[in-house]
Amino acid sequence: MKSLKNHISLIIALFTVLASVQIYVAVDRTIAAYETRLKDDYSVIVVSNKAFVPSEFKSMSSMIERSEPISTAQVLDRLKGEMSQKNLDLLRLTLPKFYRIYLNRYPSPKEINNLQRLLQRNPAIERVEGFAQTHDTIYKLMLLFKNVVQVFSIAIAAVTSLLILKEMRLWQFQHAERMSIMALFGAPVWLRSAVLFRLAIVDAIIATIILCLAFYVIDYYGFLITQLKAVGISVQLFNFVNDSLRSLGIALGISVALTFMIVIFPNEED
Amino acid sequence: MDKVIIAQNLSLSYKEFETIISKASFSIDAGSFVFITGASGSGKSTLLKSFYGAIEPKQGQLSVGGVNMNRISTSKLNFLRRHIGIVFQDYKLIKEWTIEKNVMLPLIISGYTSDVSGTQVQKLLGHVKLIHQAGKYPLELSGGEQQRVAMARALAHNPILILADEPTGNLDEYSSSVIWSLLEGANTQLKTTVVVVTHHIPEELNVPYKHYHIDAGNINEIA
Ligand SMILES: Nc1ncnc2c1ncn2[C@@H]1O[C@H](COP(=O)(O)OP(=O)(O)O)[C@@H](O)[C@H]1O
Ligand SMILES: [Mg+2]
Repeated sequence: MKSLKNHISLIIALFTVLASVQIYVAVDRTIAAYETRLKDDYSVIVVSNKAFVPSEFKSMSSMIERSEPISTAQVLDRLKGEMSQKNLDLLRLTLPKFYRIYLNRYPSPKEINNLQRLLQRNPAIERVEGFAQTHDTIYKLMLLFKNVVQVFSIAIAAVTSLLILKEMRLWQFQHAERMSIMALFGAPVWLRSAVLFRLAIVDAIIATIILCLAFYVIDYYGFLITQLKAVGISVQLFNFVNDSLRSLGIALGISVALTFMIVIFPNEED
Repeated sequence: MDKVIIAQNLSLSYKEFETIISKASFSIDAGSFVFITGASGSGKSTLLKSFYGAIEPKQGQLSVGGVNMNRISTSKLNFLRRHIGIVFQDYKLIKEWTIEKNVMLPLIISGYTSDVSGTQVQKLLGHVKLIHQAGKYPLELSGGEQQRVAMARALAHNPILILADEPTGNLDEYSSSVIWSLLEGANTQLKTTVVVVTHHIPEELNVPYKHYHIDAGNINEIA
């Protein structure tokens, strides 16, 4: 069947778009998982000369999730032998309070600086250490990667859309005879083009199924997952329900919209 | 008597400075049988095309089934065509479809349910003696058989007007006689208006008819 070749090129084109979107989604998910890990590990250290309760910190910024005091008992214990109890008590009274503040997301260096300034506005707070300069380089690379993938996906979608349009013109040409005969018997344009829409829908469904299978295999054999696990990221690259539905939506959207385009703007009138 | 086709000073042409039909005025009565003859290239097919809206009047007025064909809208034209049955010289069957589905085309377009159209198609295939070929494809049939399929298709939706362009052009005698008897039957029994372009007016025809002859762009009625 000569139309098989046309089917394959449309399916491949749609699959390429779906795969690039899915890769973008997977990268996004990986970064989100990595962010969670970074966030859990990340904290700001606050030194103050007065005791704070957690709610006081929380009211300072919406970014602050929780806070916990850093115990100074260990340090003081170590000094026990070298100092008299009286001096130790005095020291305990004059020693500032230390707090560890956890945030609800991993901040950008700029956000760290802003938070630092915000906290320091409180007269009781003496020092804030945000570790902005040790902001994660891998994270920055990942963000860069995400942007690259995004630009790449958009470019792929644009180029493949043009390819699909060309492919559909070919279909239209192949079905032109039938469509013109139908027109002679008064078939409205949507009925004449029904065959094109049917092909577009079938190919969109096939492309989605192939994508699901491909990502299922990747997920199942888990070579990527294992590598990500090794760096402490656990992430689902392909979510069967959400991702297959989104892919189907995108594939149908693209192919049906492009079919509409060639039906509404025919190449030439006869 | 009602007129199905009215032409007033109708001129037809494909290019700017050419005239194929020149200022023709005539009318075709509802329920009549009309023959159009003329030399090859005289404009017979062109005239038929103007009746089903494949070419627009260059000048003058043309109305078909009460619809003005000058600057007709697509939706109006589609509507009109759903009440016309056309038989083309080159059959114009859909080669990817079975004979049965080809005959069903006008009924599909008009949105009939499949059981209604199924019965109608069986009846018509019986009339054109092609029941046994129903599942075949057009290219598996002889020219005469294909033209009988086209004839059945033109009748499927009980059109008010049948336009046939040399329907028996180079067909065998049997196919020709089937086609003439169907056209005659549609005209006498269903009061369908029939316009046929032909080279020979069949002698066995038992209906009164009008005869127009095209010559040098003029349409003359032959008594
Ligand atoms: N699509 C077309 N474009 C330009 N000229 C055409 C076209 N169809 C027919 N003609 C010309 O119009 C004239 C009449 O053609 P036609 O109506 O097909 O003649 P007939 O059917 O009487 O043999 C011929 O000179 C033919 O070359
Ligand atoms: Mg002709």
